[in-house]
Amino acid sequence: MLLRVYALILVRKLNTMSLTSSTIGRKVAMALSGLFLVVFLTQHFTINFISVFSENTFNEISHFMGNNPLVQFILQPILIFGVIFHFIMGFVLEIQNRKSRVVQYNMYKGSANASWVSRNMIWSGAVVLSFLGLHFYDFWFPEMNYKYVEILPLDPNRYYEEMTHKFHDYLRVILYVISFGFLALHLFHGFASSFQSVGVNNKYSENIKKFAIAFSVVIPLGFIFIALFHHINSL
Amino acid sequence: MNLTLKVWRQANAEAKGRMETYPIADVSPDMSFLEMMDVLNEQLMGQGIDPIAFDHDCREGICGMCSMFINGEAHGPDRLVTTCQLHMRKFNDGDTITIEPFRAKAFPVIKDLTVDRSSFDRVQQAGGFVSVNTSGNTQDANSIPIDKHDADKAFDAAACIGCGACVATCKNASAMLFVSAKVSQYALLPQGKVEATDRVMNMVKQMDEEGFGNCTNTGACEVECPKGISLENIARMNREYLYASLKG
Repeated sequence: MLLRVYALILVRKLNTMSLTSSTIGRKVAMALSGLFLVVFLTQHFTINFISVFSENTFNEISHFMGNNPLVQFILQPILIFGVIFHFIMGFVLEIQNRKSRVVQYNMYKGSANASWVSRNMIWSGAVVLSFLGLHFYDFWFPEMNYKYVEILPLDPNRYYEEMTHKFHDYLRVILYVISFGFLALHLFHGFASSFQSVGVNNKYSENIKKFAIAFSVVIPLGFIFIALFHHINSL
Repeated sequence: MNLTLKVWRQANAEAKGRMETYPIADVSPDMSFLEMMDVLNEQLMGQGIDPIAFDHDCREGICGMCSMFINGEAHGPDRLVTTCQLHMRKFNDGDTITIEPFRAKAFPVIKDLTVDRSSFDRVQQAGGFVSVNTSGNTQDANSIPIDKHDADKAFDAAACIGCGACVATCKNASAMLFVSAKVSQYALLPQGKVEATDRVMNMVKQMDEEGFGNCTNTGACEVECPKGISLENIARMNREYLYASLKG
């Protein structure tokens, strides 16, 4: 059934009206954009983790990612669109959901039947979004300025130093650690949940859930380790 | 048992409601929750107070009529039971119990604890059926072989009594567990597959028009459902809907 669904995505024109205006269509769109961001996160983590072992390799990969036309002009805009789409859709759905219960309960025991993380995705997501603002301010805007505004000469060896310089500031490291904590909470529910949203609930679901939970713990912890590693090294 | 009940009172759909507090004495632990409400109503009528309106019918946990949001949970703190099957032994002497109607934009309050759940009927009418040719040459259902696994899954989905606890519980007031149970019970059977595309599209469209919220997979509906309807049905509905949308 699933294979038929995804085969149809490839060969048939999307019925865009029902897939973006219906509750299920939006939910699927939210899940697919989330899964796309998980793939990106894995790639980002892999490159960052290399910085722990090899300054040269990190510089080489960063230079490639920063100057390859396919990455810069095709993949990067897709990624930015994915991020913006995910958070706008998240807020749209949250507003719609709040409208579906006009009068609130006097007593509502949410913890009796659902986890805290699953009920507060909007808040963990909002923290991650705020973190993205800081992250862009730290790395993306200076990078865009270097390459496309000031058009400074190519320097394949600057990336490692630029990154470690940022992690010298302990306040920034604290903010990064807190943000990755919220990222872990967001992924803890969101990653496994996105499979349910696209219709996967079968004999593999338990293992998918275990993998998603492991991912939501290991990847943010890894990012925290990288930030602390470079901070301690810079002391 | 002596209890304090905090109950939502609302004279009619337009009136502004409020919580009222009523003490009740000598409640037997063997009473059902609705029997306790009956005793309270007799007490209120004796005092010249308008009795509390609440929905009930079979009182056997199979009709889906009773509702009530008790101490912050649909059908109260017990699992896999409706309010009529909830017994006072689940509470302790001296407890304060908060009783509210099921709340959702699509379930407007009629009076006190009764809510209008006809939005579910309209969703059902949009496609929750199998069109049967009644001209006299209808095939005997028993002559169509059905995989046991599929038959069991369809039967599990058909156990939904449409009480609305899923909507009441969901933080988004989403009706996806109900609608997915109705979609699944037909989608799994050969008789239902003929109209599967139209069914899922029409039922989801009606669900959205009624003003129910989106599913965010918290799983609260599955926990509170008195009939144990599984989230697996929502995944199946999502697949059916995706397939139907793309098929056009």
